Amino acid sequence: MDGSLFMILAALLLVVVMLTAALAALLSESHLVAVVSLSILSLGLTLLFVLLRAPDVAMTEGVVGVGLSSLIFALALKRLRLYRSSTPAESCDE
Amino acid sequence: MSRSSRSMEWTPLLFSGGLAFFLFALFAVIPFGDTAMKVGTMIHQQGGELGAANLVTAVVLGYRGLDTLGELAILFAAATSAGLVLSNTRQRTRSIKNKGLGELFESAISLLMPLLLLVGVYIVLHGHLTPGGGFQGGVVIAVALFLPTLARGEMVINHHLIQWIEGGAGALFILIGVAALIQGAAFLQPLMAAGEVGRFLSAGTLPVLYLLVGLKVGAELAALLGHLVEDDEPGVQQ
Repeated sequence: MDGSLFMILAALLLVVVMLTAALAALLSESHLVAVVSLSILSLGLTLLFVLLRAPDVAMTEGVVGVGLSSLIFALALKRLRLYRSSTPAESCDE
Repeated sequence: MSRSSRSMEWTPLLFSGGLAFFLFALFAVIPFGDTAMKVGTMIHQQGGELGAANLVTAVVLGYRGLDTLGELAILFAAATSAGLVLSNTRQRTRSIKNKGLGELFESAISLLMPLLLLVGVYIVLHGHLTPGGGFQGGVVIAVALFLPTLARGEMVINHHLIQWIEGGAGALFILIGVAALIQGAAFLQPLMAAGEVGRFLSAGTLPVLYLLVGLKVGAELAALLGHLVEDDEPGVQQ
């Protein structure tokens, strides 16, 4: 019972983090912040898969969701000249 | 403008709805993470006839090898079409010159890259023993090979070589499947003796198939990332 209570609490924390990250991705002005938020969401999903004893799926989610898709998104933003950490009003490098 | 503000009104509702659903799911009657899967039990009862310590590998390559071939085909089509759209030049070998990320990143990445490569190769080669396999390891290898490009800002990507690796791995994967057909078994049915479960050289052709999957996925993704970076120069933009 103790272990399962810990699992529920950990999963609850992860779910809150994931939903917050998803909301941040929806609401943020900066595209870069949205990409990072999606990466954090994937990280939460990875930990959730580990909790649920699915290491294969967790590895795939970690590698593809956290790493590769963020990299591809960031490179696409760079090609579209949207790669800045601040809102479009303030000019930035790049 | 009005459309975006309307979607802003909906997002809190979505958030609370999702939270309520997860809370309901977590505290529902079913014990968390404890559902008995009938399919898994049945495959367990087969008793590792394929000789793979990792059951997921036995399913992915042994029982459903054809599905893996379909997945590879989908990834191939996606990567090829992305490369077709992104590369507007016929040149096979091109050098990239970006700003780079500075000395700190460069030293960190030159330290990390061999370790990442090692982890990727380990994941591919031990796909039949431990969690992970060709897909995961292939992605790790592709990203590890791509990191120096990101840090130094210049690297020559040999698309010709990458295409040969990718095509050869895919062709060999299908040839192994056809070899099973010639021997009178089903397409992609694992050949050779299963061996002792848990040894490195076991599970017949499964490790070979995973190695080919890893090579193919790694080459495809490396080519895709290379295409994405290559045409970044201001002069090439249309």
